[in-house]
Amino acid sequence: MAAAMSMVTSSSFTFPSQGLRLPTRSHPCMKPQRRIMRKDASNVITATYELKPPPYPLNALEPHMSRETLEYHWGKHHRAYVENLNKQVGGTDLEGLSLEDVIIVSYNRGDILPAFNSAAQAWNHDFFWESMRPGGGGKPSGDLLDLIERDFGSFERFTEEFKSAAATQFGSGWAWLAYKANRLGLENAVNPWSSENDKKLVIVKSPNAVNPLVWDYFPLLTIDVWEHAYYLDFQNRRAEYISMFMEKLVSWEAVNDRLEKAKAQAAEREMEEERRKKEEEEWKPTNGDDDDEGLEMYVDSGDDSEAE
Amino acid sequence: MAILSLATRKTLTLGLNSTRLTQSCALRTFSLPELPYDYGALEPAISGEIMQLHHQKHHQTYISNYNKALEQLHEAIQKGDSSTVAKLQSAIKFNGGGHINHSIFWQNLAPIREGGGEPPKGSLGWAIDTNFGSLESLIQKINAEGAALQGSGWVWLGLDKELKQLVIETTANQDPLVTKGAHLVPLLGIDVWEHAYYLQYKNVRPDYLKNIWKVINWKYANGVYEKESA
Repeated sequence: MAAAMSMVTSSSFTFPSQGLRLPTRSHPCMKPQRRIMRKDASNVITATYELKPPPYPLNALEPHMSRETLEYHWGKHHRAYVENLNKQVGGTDLEGLSLEDVIIVSYNRGDILPAFNSAAQAWNHDFFWESMRPGGGGKPSGDLLDLIERDFGSFERFTEEFKSAAATQFGSGWAWLAYKANRLGLENAVNPWSSENDKKLVIVKSPNAVNPLVWDYFPLLTIDVWEHAYYLDFQNRRAEYISMFMEKLVSWEAVNDRLEKAKAQAAEREMEEERRKKEEEEWKPTNGDDDDEGLEMYVDSGDDSEAE
Repeated sequence: MAILSLATRKTLTLGLNSTRLTQSCALRTFSLPELPYDYGALEPAISGEIMQLHHQKHHQTYISNYNKALEQLHEAIQKGDSSTVAKLQSAIKFNGGGHINHSIFWQNLAPIREGGGEPPKGSLGWAIDTNFGSLESLIQKINAEGAALQGSGWVWLGLDKELKQLVIETTANQDPLVTKGAHLVPLLGIDVWEHAYYLQYKNVRPDYLKNIWKVINWKYANGVYEKESA
């Protein structure tokens, strides 16, 4: 599924008389002020993305995911992504942007810029640690379970599909559960079939550093299927690792929190869109308006010399 | 060139709806080639544990999945099921590529006592000096490319048969070198998937790349080079 789709996000709504509009979700391309390159006097790298520790001690996921794995995966791999990110962003236009903004900008609709791998991997790993908890696994409940059953038929079918996505991501990458709430917005087009079903749960897999933020989805859960995520504990047995993850580690609480945020954001966006549509209506000239400040209409002068 | 192992032959007969008489189409399947050395023979550059897993698990899995995909392809072709034919392409490229690449890789390595690590002599050695200045310079470039590769893939020293020159290339996942150019012949490939080094070198891929040269079998690469540039 959705490997490297670059969906056009609902970005540049430019109305001639209004200039640039900012969508609800702060999109870096829309920021009105132009960021300038700056270096401080000592040319010291000043970007400050930090390596956050997982929300549990490194041995807390044993025996399912070893302390050794966490020490390398978080302590070396994740740390290196953050350090490289700071080096790549420091002193450039990207500095000062939120991590999510760096990801979107450097994804560059698929033609990725150098900072993308570091930025996305830094974000992905934060998200991954928080997708797990000691004593995790089991089943979700409430709204989340309802949605899963609505969109996948049953929790068992969801589990099978998620595991399959994780197992069949060739090479390095990730498998995701995400909330897809974006409307089909291409420039000024609007999804004519928009309905409650536009907002749904989807399972996607992605290669290397790519994540669903670049498709304007809201990620809810992820599993890292780069070999470094499981090789010390499972060697080549990726399927076993994936099963262990589902049965023993998934933090449905975290997934639930994220779902609530996703729904809230989707609602906010809808309101913003309504607001924008209303304002657009207000700016349209009314029919039969012969006010001097109305649009100039083409008038046929009766001169045929300009035919063709 | 890719060393394809002894094939087993499977005889299949066409379906009944065909007006043709019963034909037999042989589907060639593949099996795991034996390593020309013991698993532990490349130590300390590459651990025996890695060699065993790499060969018996990873390579074997590519072969099993490749065979399965080929059978499904065969059936789909027979039925004229173009949808399935198209759908199988990525599995074939991935698993077939995995088989091709690893078959080359085992030949690219040799224990030190059998010449592993000995610099290339013959025409390849000369071509390296001409194209890259020196063996050290070539190694440096290959290692830089290998270290910079994001995700999983291979770094290659290849011969461009058309331009008659040596090239350094990388391929993603299990893409064979030929996917980068129809005229490219792989002389030497280094697997930079994490499974190739993780148990021993962990996240420090550059150390793996530094050490693997101690067991690189230049005799094989030279043999391919001489044959392909004749």
